[in-house]
Amino acid sequence: MGSNFRRIGKLAAISSKNQSCMGFSSTVNKNDTSTKSVNLFSAINQALHIALDSDPRSYVFGEDVGFGGVFRCTTGLADRFGKQRVFNTPLCEQGIVGFAIGLAAMDNRAVAEIQFADYIFPAFDQIVNEAAKFRYRSGNQFNCGGLTIRAPYGAVGHGGHYHSQSPESFFCHVPGIKVVIPRSPQQAKGLLLSSIRDPNPVVFFEPKLLYRMAVEEVPKDDYMLPLSEAEVLREGTDITLVGWGAQLSIMEQACVEAAKEGISCELIDLKTLIPWDKETVEASVKKTGRLLISHEAPVTGGFGAEISASIVERCFTRLEAPVARVCGLDTPFPLVFEPFYLPTTNKILDAIKSTVSY
Amino acid sequence: MEMLFSKSRSLTHFLQYYTKKYAVQQRCFESIKAGELQLDNYNEDDQQTLNFPGGRIPITTRMKFISESFEKRLPCYRVLDDDGDLIPGSIFEQVKKGLAVNMYSTMVALQIMDTIFYEAQRQGRLSFYLTSTGEEAINIASAAALTSDDIVLPQYREPGVLLWRGFTLEEFADQLFGNKNDYGKGRQMPIHYGSNKLNYFTVSSPLATQLPQAAGVAYSLKMDKKEACVVVYFGDGSTSEGDFHAGLNFAAVMESPVIFLCRNNGWAISTPVTEQFRSDGIAIKGQAYGIRSIRVDGNDALAVYSAIRAARQMAIKEQRPILVEAMTYRVSHHSTSDDSTKYRCVKEIEQWRTEKNPITRFRKWIQRNDWWGDQNETELRGNIRKQVVEAIQTAEKVEKPPLRDLFGDVYDKIPSNLQEQERFIRDSTKRYPKEYPFNVPV
Ligand SMILES: Cc1ncc(C[n+]2csc(CCOP(=O)(O)OP(=O)(O)O)c2C)c(N)n1
Ligand SMILES: [Mg+2]
Repeated sequence: MGSNFRRIGKLAAISSKNQSCMGFSSTVNKNDTSTKSVNLFSAINQALHIALDSDPRSYVFGEDVGFGGVFRCTTGLADRFGKQRVFNTPLCEQGIVGFAIGLAAMDNRAVAEIQFADYIFPAFDQIVNEAAKFRYRSGNQFNCGGLTIRAPYGAVGHGGHYHSQSPESFFCHVPGIKVVIPRSPQQAKGLLLSSIRDPNPVVFFEPKLLYRMAVEEVPKDDYMLPLSEAEVLREGTDITLVGWGAQLSIMEQACVEAAKEGISCELIDLKTLIPWDKETVEASVKKTGRLLISHEAPVTGGFGAEISASIVERCFTRLEAPVARVCGLDTPFPLVFEPFYLPTTNKILDAIKSTVSY
Repeated sequence: MEMLFSKSRSLTHFLQYYTKKYAVQQRCFESIKAGELQLDNYNEDDQQTLNFPGGRIPITTRMKFISESFEKRLPCYRVLDDDGDLIPGSIFEQVKKGLAVNMYSTMVALQIMDTIFYEAQRQGRLSFYLTSTGEEAINIASAAALTSDDIVLPQYREPGVLLWRGFTLEEFADQLFGNKNDYGKGRQMPIHYGSNKLNYFTVSSPLATQLPQAAGVAYSLKMDKKEACVVVYFGDGSTSEGDFHAGLNFAAVMESPVIFLCRNNGWAISTPVTEQFRSDGIAIKGQAYGIRSIRVDGNDALAVYSAIRAARQMAIKEQRPILVEAMTYRVSHHSTSDDSTKYRCVKEIEQWRTEKNPITRFRKWIQRNDWWGDQNETELRGNIRKQVVEAIQTAEKVEKPPLRDLFGDVYDKIPSNLQEQERFIRDSTKRYPKEYPFNVPV
């Protein structure tokens, strides 16, 4: 595993930005025969294949997982690994997570799929009161660290209230679980494998907008990307932008536009939301003196608020402008009004300019 | 016609019998409630009993586990056979010509509406759609058995109930296009209809949440002494949710006048009922909650109509929940996002689409009664087709709800944070007009 990390450390070190058709990609040598150009759902599928293959005590299940899942992430898994390890569950999120916790508590890796992040709430109690406190409350006699909950999240253009939400901040308020969100196929594969093998329960949100749209060179091998390590995707000197998941490609566009007007932006992918890599963000803000956070979830109580507060605590004297947040509105996620609701490139660009000229 | 009806025992008769029989049991329940625990019931058997907080329980020396299933599967109540012939001896509610023709016409309307709206989605004019194909009889016959005062909490595959209550094709189209006439103000995905006027709660995607809500709505009807009940619809898949348990148990304990109507259509997206539960379906679960239940052939409009009429009468007269499991088949793909041939065999689908079609079956019955003919059929189909197409063409052109509607109804009044955000968005629309939809008035 150590060697895997080292190898990927190299793979994932971003120097130039190589934006594929959609989403923010990582840089991989295209001539390398050990990689293949795949979209995000296929990268997830590869990770699940590897997880099942490399550990006979691993399981993948959820609603409609058997035939490949409504987003095709589990295609071929039941055929290859059998119905006892890859299966449909009854339609019950609290059951899926409770069952997964039990399985994980018996030294298995349980990868549970919640069909949409919007439907994770029936399982909230199991996640918040059970998974998160399993180790702590038993004095480390028991743990459910083998638990990983996968759920597609975020806007897709026509999802309305219940096929669009970004509920990550609810889970970031819960000590004992990790929250991970990848930005691209290569990231998704490496972060998912790390999440599955991490000895703590992880909630893994997948940007469903990118399932098909984001295509990237992804190593065929088993590799992991470190959790709780943010990544500087673009270096800059005037302002630091922090985001995660699908929002990063929107932010990247804003960085490109800002550059045309002579503003140098540093863009950071947080990747793991809790426990998060404050040091990388702090170091960047100490350099730029300005911070902007952007996420699709409503601005009030979003994880941007936590980042903002922490950075103000740590960098107060270095800040040259108030921390900016460009986020979803404080309304339920709307259908027809989605373009108004979303933190778009232009909204981010405006905030960059006003922060820089504060 | 009269001949046919007289062959069958009347439903009222049946209900009287059932209620009488039940009255005995009720006394026994009441005595437990009052704490006067009597041995009467068990004396006959000379059995010893133990007194527990929930009442007296007989003792047995036989170590006997209850079986996981009954010897025979619970039968399905049916009135019309596959050919639309009345099954001799069946107990059912009389349906006169006017009502029967109306039920048939509305089933056809639902079918045509589904076909054309589905097609509109395929053409890219709608973002999403979902049909009730194969479940028209459950939709329409259950709606016909209710009164307009009865309150409906739908899942999402019950637009026929709205259609029956008078929701117009324009109103459907307005919701589908999320235009300014949509009562939901363009906020929800297509098919999330709702009508306060028609006592039809707005559809919500999270499954089974409407079940415990229904128990609460019905409790309110009870407290207000209304001559009405609640009907809550849900699929077989949804019965796996915790809210199913909560809803049934609450309704039983609170004695809420609510009909739980499960559309057991065999599938929850790709998951067959065999992977959903190991019980003999849903109806038998009622007993464990203390809820009277029935299984009915959901593709037999007369059976559904009769069962819901009886259920309604019991729910209201006796102030109690009733569980109805309507057996059917989801002939359509789950929705426009699904291709069901990936997980089920086309032959099976075809069989349900043709031989077991609930509309065809009902048509045979009304035709045999000389209430319907080919001429009527052609006229009806032509008319509805035209109306649906017109409804689409009109709704498509209507502008979207105004930007204001993004911020309203989050609360009763718009709080300051949203007022501020509204100003911010309006400002942004001035600066970047191209970024925002042209058909939303700002
Ligand atoms: C809480 C929740 N989990 C998952 C879903 C996704 N989902 C939508 S419909 C559906 C299947 C429902 O099946 P069933 O209740 O049998 O109704 P049917 O579609 O057959 O009418 C699923 C899993 C959801 N809407 N809500
Ligand atoms: Mg179903």
